[in-house]
Amino acid sequence: MATRRIPLVLLACGSFNPITNQHMRLFELARDHMHSTGQYQVVGGIVSPVSDGYAKQGLVLAQHRIAMAKLALQSSDWVTVDEWESQQADWTETVVTMRYHYGRILKEYELSTGEHKDSSGNPSPLSSPCPQLKLLCGADFLDTFQVPDLWLDDHVEEVAGHFGLICVSRGGLHPERAVAASDTLSRHSHNIFLVREWVRNETSATEVRRALRGGLSVKYLIPDSVIEYIHQHNLYTEDSERRNKGTVLRPLAKQATQPGKSLDD
Amino acid sequence: MDGQHLTKVVLLACGSFNPITNMHLRMFELARDHLEDTGQYRVVKGIISPVGDAYKKKGLIEARHRLEMARLSTDSSDWITVDPWESVQPEWVETAKVVRHYYKEMLEAEQNTDDVDTVKYAKKRRIEENHFGVSSHQKKDGLQLMFLCGADILESFGVPNLWKQEDIDEIVGRYGMVCITRSGSDPHKFIHQSDKLWQYRQNIHVVREWVTNEISATQVRRSLRRGRSVRYLLPDGVVHYIQEHALYSAESEQRNAGVVLAPIQKNTEVS
Repeated sequence: MATRRIPLVLLACGSFNPITNQHMRLFELARDHMHSTGQYQVVGGIVSPVSDGYAKQGLVLAQHRIAMAKLALQSSDWVTVDEWESQQADWTETVVTMRYHYGRILKEYELSTGEHKDSSGNPSPLSSPCPQLKLLCGADFLDTFQVPDLWLDDHVEEVAGHFGLICVSRGGLHPERAVAASDTLSRHSHNIFLVREWVRNETSATEVRRALRGGLSVKYLIPDSVIEYIHQHNLYTEDSERRNKGTVLRPLAKQATQPGKSLDD
Repeated sequence: MDGQHLTKVVLLACGSFNPITNMHLRMFELARDHLEDTGQYRVVKGIISPVGDAYKKKGLIEARHRLEMARLSTDSSDWITVDPWESVQPEWVETAKVVRHYYKEMLEAEQNTDDVDTVKYAKKRRIEENHFGVSSHQKKDGLQLMFLCGADILESFGVPNLWKQEDIDEIVGRYGMVCITRSGSDPHKFIHQSDKLWQYRQNIHVVREWVTNEISATQVRRSLRRGRSVRYLLPDGVVHYIQEHALYSAESEQRNAGVVLAPIQKNTEVS
């Protein structure tokens, strides 16, 4: 191979309330797409559930959302669940979560390349290229950049410019339009990867919760192990759906703006 | 609830299942929820009946593989089963005959065991709750077989030479059907526009799918040929089976290429 592929980690932030097969499909689609560019080697995927501080209506405890995500990803050999964001007392901006994970990834990389440094301390040409971290999201996420004052400019700059975005489009959404509508996103369009989902499969966690409240089957939409966990802990009920009702969403309270969460539903 | 007055229903789905996808399995779940919601039915069993190789559809791989994948998919279900009968017939069998066969089997099983729930397999859910509802004097009319399909099958009733009119009469008129709608199709309109289906409209249960879930087996095969991931579209066991046997390739997609589909050949010969 003439050029080395860039090792890439995909990060998905969201409520995962609960995690669905569709969330896991996004990872599969993104990995296939990034490999087909010929430039990247996807080395990992991270599911990062939002903390309880997010205060979204119907959000069940992070401990349960984490447990369900772990059960769902038990059979994956490359996507894992990370608890850091969910354990923060307050809601964390997406960019802050990205900085945390990238710092962690860089540290690991430096440790692994330490042995390959030449006498002057520079990484030898033998060492692998520096890894990258990109945010994985659904197409609806791009639209949140268009909402005035929702995102801080330098955060958009950092997420799209410094890290990069992989956006999987569903059904009728036009992600190209959302990119074109934002000067910042357009400037970084080379770093925004749009993945088209050809199989329409729009399971939303909101619909799953509604079905569970109504006693309808959600089998084959979420993994069996997650269904079992939900029943065991009696998770999604009329009561749980009222959690945080009337509470201002933490991002709104925190900065009077609401940065969208990428995999909210 | 007094189970005595509920009509027991067996759902039958016919098709290529090439391969079976989560969407096929969802259809059963949606149909059961819908029928039981009416308060008139209790769904006791689902049957997946893959078509035989003589169907001659392009890209149709051997029945033994399609059967095995369907079995792997239903391992985790306590009510959906796979029946090989149709798939092992040397000739293509009209759907009406398939439905007739399973109807007969259902009645025989009912007479023999007085309980279709046990189904000879270890799919035991609901047995306790059923105990009251099922008794030796259960009448034949307390038991119904329904043909489960997507809106595309319902609409295929309008395709010339694909179906014999008397078969539609038998399937819809005598047995009844459950039709799962996908976005973009309007089965109610289709029923309204067909005199035949309108006549049997009370036997057609239309179920709206509440999440868009258009996993087609054709798209799944395409992804597999191109080396793309199909995880979470099919049960993991099926994904592994496909990889193990290297099932869907450019070559397998050429199977039966240029061959006339058995039903079309059969029905055009007759007319």
